[in-house]
Amino acid sequence: MTTAVLTPPPAVPTTPTLPAVQQALTLAWRNVVKIRKQPEALMDVSLQPIIFTVLFVFVFGGAIAGDWRDYLTYLVPGILVQTLMFATQGIGVALNNDIAKGVFDRFRSLPIARSAPLVGAVLSDVVRYVTSMTVLLAFAVALGFRTTQGLPAAALAVLVALAFAMCLSWVFVWIGLTVRSAGAVQGVGFLATFPLTFGSTALVQADTLPGWLQAFTRNNPVTHLIDTVRGLLLGGPVAEPLAWTAGWAALLLAVFVPLAMRAYRRRV
Amino acid sequence: MTTDSPVIEATGLGLSYGTTRALDGVDLTVPAGTVLGVLGPNGAGKTTAVRVLSTLLRPDTGTARVAGHDIRTDPQAVRRAIGLTGQYASVDEDLTGTQNLTMIGRLLGLPRAAARARAADLLAGFSLTDAADRSAGTYSGGMRRRLDLAASLVGRPQVLFLDEPTTGLDPRSRTEVWDVVRRLVDEGTSVLLTTQYLEEADELADDIVVFDAGRVVAHGTSDELKHRAGAQTLAVRPRERSDLPVVLQVLEQVTGAAPAVDGQGTASVPVRGEAVLGTVLDLLTTRGVGLSELGVRLPSLDEVFFALTGSPTAVPEKEAVA
Repeated sequence: MTTAVLTPPPAVPTTPTLPAVQQALTLAWRNVVKIRKQPEALMDVSLQPIIFTVLFVFVFGGAIAGDWRDYLTYLVPGILVQTLMFATQGIGVALNNDIAKGVFDRFRSLPIARSAPLVGAVLSDVVRYVTSMTVLLAFAVALGFRTTQGLPAAALAVLVALAFAMCLSWVFVWIGLTVRSAGAVQGVGFLATFPLTFGSTALVQADTLPGWLQAFTRNNPVTHLIDTVRGLLLGGPVAEPLAWTAGWAALLLAVFVPLAMRAYRRRV
Repeated sequence: MTTDSPVIEATGLGLSYGTTRALDGVDLTVPAGTVLGVLGPNGAGKTTAVRVLSTLLRPDTGTARVAGHDIRTDPQAVRRAIGLTGQYASVDEDLTGTQNLTMIGRLLGLPRAAARARAADLLAGFSLTDAADRSAGTYSGGMRRRLDLAASLVGRPQVLFLDEPTTGLDPRSRTEVWDVVRRLVDEGTSVLLTTQYLEEADELADDIVVFDAGRVVAHGTSDELKHRAGAQTLAVRPRERSDLPVVLQVLEQVTGAAPAVDGQGTASVPVRGEAVLGTVLDLLTTRGVGLSELGVRLPSLDEVFFALTGSPTAVPEKEAVA
């Protein structure tokens, strides 16, 4: 064993540019390594799109649209957003586990940006969101789904959904840091996600709903996102739902990033 | 920093969880280059004190300076000077040894290659090179603790906090951790170490503070505290029970005190220091007495506690010694 290994000087050089970004990326890398080591962590986001598509298309398709193929076309944007909503909950569970294991104590004792562990977690969740959307689109195409607006518009649809999911995930970062156990994170997550995803235009058109529910559905951020994605994949208005989606995303960030940061600072 | 200014100086630290006073006016001083042992039972506030001094918790009252920086007003500067190894190893089980240490290096701003080199050096220094590319989840308890210790050294800290670094380790792993701590201190690192083991404080610490119920109930060197804790016990058990009278005679002759005998045929007598051990052994060997046990037992933590909390300087009332 060499003594040089443990000798205190010289001091660690500091990074010249944007240390906070570098730190967040390092912690995102950590999460990606963990996913690579345990691919079953991606099981939920890989299977859920397929199960939801099969269930809704073949169980309800005939009854709702008369023909499952027509319903598939209507449904794909809805399932894409719906499964993404469910995927955002994972971050809360993961953060809660990290804290329980004591790994965050180490991060908190290091001279790094307070935001780095949280931003890192949000960034690495992109892997989950991309997996979810890729599986869904590949499965839908295999069943006969085709976009009518060209590939650039489809790519934009995926990007908009991805960006919204990253903003929404801050809600679950906050819940994950506030609630005591990982199980409770999931409980609270489902309570919040179910009404928002099912009370949207994901599965049916808003004008088939009773008036009071229409009022909720038409002002639901999930509806705006689904309408944007639907417009970009199948044609229809894009600008207005996109503006609403951007507004909601900004609002989510403005409210939940500070809340999450505060919860992180307070969490023992 | 000059050697005579303390690296840790805490005054009147207080912290409550609800109605529990976890810290109740704690004063601590750690001179540069020394080891302070914080001794105490579970729930005495040792871990809370470490978490406050390492900026994980904010105290309700009191102040502290670590490496010259105020823990309240400049926690980030404190973090640049410290390393922390928690009570349970906080390494990432899914990452390999190399990945764990490289990650910390990158977080501290080392370029990729430098972070890898530092990781390799530390792994070699802690005899973990063979396990470098295995997940930390597959490590034994001792290996994990060494990796945790290595992780806290990536930034070459000036002050190291070790919270019960050997709790749950087997005796060999414990000795390995002690060796590492001694080397670090030799190289100029200052250490604050919490422990439940008197022996550990005895081995490593220059100064010891004893915590109980969130307060410092005693402070001194190991020898001073042991003196206050009372005598050690010399225990001798002859292989043949028929030799017991000879043993008793020798013990009384050497120590001048009447030995006690327990049900297993072990004779014990209070002694000061271990010097009598050789004399007793010589005399018994000369008389042809075979031994199955011979040793000096240090006062147990319970005994230290009993002695300390029973002394006039200590808090009169105490609960939960164990």
